[in-house]
Amino acid sequence: MSELETVQKPSNPAVWNNPKYRALFFQALLIAGLVYFFYSVVDNTLSNMESRGISTGFGFLTEKAGFGILQSLVQFNEDSSYGRTFIVGLVNTGLVAVLGIFMATLLGFGMGVARLSNNWLVAKLATVYIEIFRNIPLLLQIFFWYFAVLAGLPSARNSMSLGLGIEFNVRGLYLPGPVAEPGFLITVVAFIIGFIALLFMRQWARKRQDETGQQFPVGWSSLILLIGFPLVVFWASGMPMSIEYPVLKGFNFAGGIAVVPELLALVLALTIYTGAFIAETVRAGILAVDHGQTEASLALGLKRGQLMKLVIIPQAMRVIIPPLTSQYLNLTKNSSLATAIGYPDLVNVFMGTTLNQTGQAIEITAMTMAVYLTASLLISSVMNWYNKKMAIVER
Amino acid sequence: MPVNHKKSPSLPPPASEVGIVVWVKKNLFSTYANGVMSLAAIVLILLLLPPLLDWAFFSATWSGSNRADCNEDGACWIFIANRIDQVFYGFYPAELHWRPNLAGLLLIGLTIPLFIKSFHYKNWLGAFILIIYPFIAYFLIHGGSFGLEVVSTTKWGGLMLTLILSAVGIVASLPLGILLALGRRSKMPMFKSVCVVYIEFWRGIPLITVLFMASVMLPLFFPEGSDFDKLLRALIGITLFQSAYMAEVVRGGLQAIPKGQYEASEALGLNYPKSMGLIILPQALKLVIPGIVNTFIALFKDTTLVLIIGLFDLLAIINLALTDSEWLGFDDEGYVFAAFVFWVFCFAMSRYSIALEAKLHTGHKR
Repeated sequence: MSELETVQKPSNPAVWNNPKYRALFFQALLIAGLVYFFYSVVDNTLSNMESRGISTGFGFLTEKAGFGILQSLVQFNEDSSYGRTFIVGLVNTGLVAVLGIFMATLLGFGMGVARLSNNWLVAKLATVYIEIFRNIPLLLQIFFWYFAVLAGLPSARNSMSLGLGIEFNVRGLYLPGPVAEPGFLITVVAFIIGFIALLFMRQWARKRQDETGQQFPVGWSSLILLIGFPLVVFWASGMPMSIEYPVLKGFNFAGGIAVVPELLALVLALTIYTGAFIAETVRAGILAVDHGQTEASLALGLKRGQLMKLVIIPQAMRVIIPPLTSQYLNLTKNSSLATAIGYPDLVNVFMGTTLNQTGQAIEITAMTMAVYLTASLLISSVMNWYNKKMAIVER
Repeated sequence: MPVNHKKSPSLPPPASEVGIVVWVKKNLFSTYANGVMSLAAIVLILLLLPPLLDWAFFSATWSGSNRADCNEDGACWIFIANRIDQVFYGFYPAELHWRPNLAGLLLIGLTIPLFIKSFHYKNWLGAFILIIYPFIAYFLIHGGSFGLEVVSTTKWGGLMLTLILSAVGIVASLPLGILLALGRRSKMPMFKSVCVVYIEFWRGIPLITVLFMASVMLPLFFPEGSDFDKLLRALIGITLFQSAYMAEVVRGGLQAIPKGQYEASEALGLNYPKSMGLIILPQALKLVIPGIVNTFIALFKDTTLVLIIGLFDLLAIINLALTDSEWLGFDDEGYVFAAFVFWVFCFAMSRYSIALEAKLHTGHKR
């Protein structure tokens, strides 16, 4: 017995051969290396900045900026501060990202499904679209739309009228804009109420179907609650809204909603480029659903539409969502290419003009990067949550 | 009565199943909805294709020397032809073009044996291309020794610069990416967290901010007096950025290797570097070659961003050509040509990646 114990007792390895101590040693080495690296970078930076006479700190954010910005959704004029330029850039970047994501998703899903269509011609057209636009650099596409297409449009005086008061010329796209009059708030409230009611209705309908098997026309009722109800309220409150049409004044149009060509080119290029990638993602997702699922649902007597909606898409979405997330992130990051054509996004306004005027490279770069990092983490966490919700619940 | 075991020849398919008309009926007009879509597609093609072909080929001007030779209705390709030297080499002196040409031919010549099945020294040749060749290419293109005249990097440009940026970016980011991927899977918490932070940081920010940082802030980070070449700054930025993406690709490969391989290599008594270098990485890297090619395509397209920090890659050269006062208004030709060049490269690489995937997939498909 005692003999066995002595045999089983492991020999004591030397300290430098003990994996535990080794790991500690290497990690300590790593930390020391990193500390040295960052120390020397910070030290160099500080002394470099001192010799160039650049002060550090965020005090510059409250100083007067003194330059104008092409397009701004928040109020901005030449008296606004540098801090305000950050907000303007942020909002403009957000605008491009949201518009781009929305349109690229529509285009991408459409093209992805089209590429798998039974119709040979439609499938080939979608393939041609995907293969062309996926393989051309985005920056080149932005330049193409901006300099080759939009810059070739007629001048404001010879503007193309696309009907319904829409004007399209070299200065951009001019849409009739709604102008809210007092009392419009009631309609907004009605819309919100309709939305909340819709959430409750869906939950109730699902519960009822689970319990009794009876289906409730969720789609139609949603439409009524979300659009019909606010419309009725809008009408009942006396239609407190007017529409303002763009009118030619001097050399340019005024009134309505003006979309500058920079924004147009950027959103167009982002949509077409990212749409091609999303289409591939969607195609891969749909192909990942076993063909037996299609056959089984056809055997159950589902119609083609029901087959897609109830069987294929819910399963395909699980495969599609993770790569779709990274496409959304790519689009958001790619929106920074705006700077190449002078659309006032975060990089152009804040990292460009503001940086050039103040020279606060470190602070401005850090703030800009922080925005993109936060957006990345935010989008990916929302998508992870959605992904978890859609994931297979296994026994 | 003897039974005839001879197989009778198969009958041709019924007439109602073959022929163009049947194919059209089946693939284009099987249902009403399908028919409407087909008609819409045909209309779309008829609207787009003939004017496009006419512009690019039939009415285009292919020869001539100046603006007056251009045909109004079609593309004027002499705009590109006049500047083809710049498009390929940037501002590289014309009498020295043989140097980048030689470097390119050398690379092509060295790469061909890699595609020959019966060639046995692929590993050595590959290592030569990755480790020794870059120095040869640098001495050839940059010069400065062996009696070659120095051509400063500010004169590099055009397609040559685009290729250099993407090639160096990919070759330099691969080892860094492998280390980061191994670090991210390390059991030591410090290594793991440092690698995770590094990867997520670079993946979370746009390349354009990286290039900005490389051109504005990199000089601040180093002791005073250390001066960096603009091209080198861009390369550092691109490599750091790309290595994070490469790390994720390699990590995918590492995760796909069954746990038994790790355990078996440990059981054989191999230490960490040996088990990774001899067992795990060769398998993992083979799995992710298509992923690496895809990263390369992305990088190749992304190199266009260097024009924002003032380097003259292919797109920047085209942009410059478009501002030539003698040749104003040829934006369509310029961008279509640049798009075509990029497209040919990217499309060829993506086809290659798909072919590789099919070839490499055999052993792992269930």
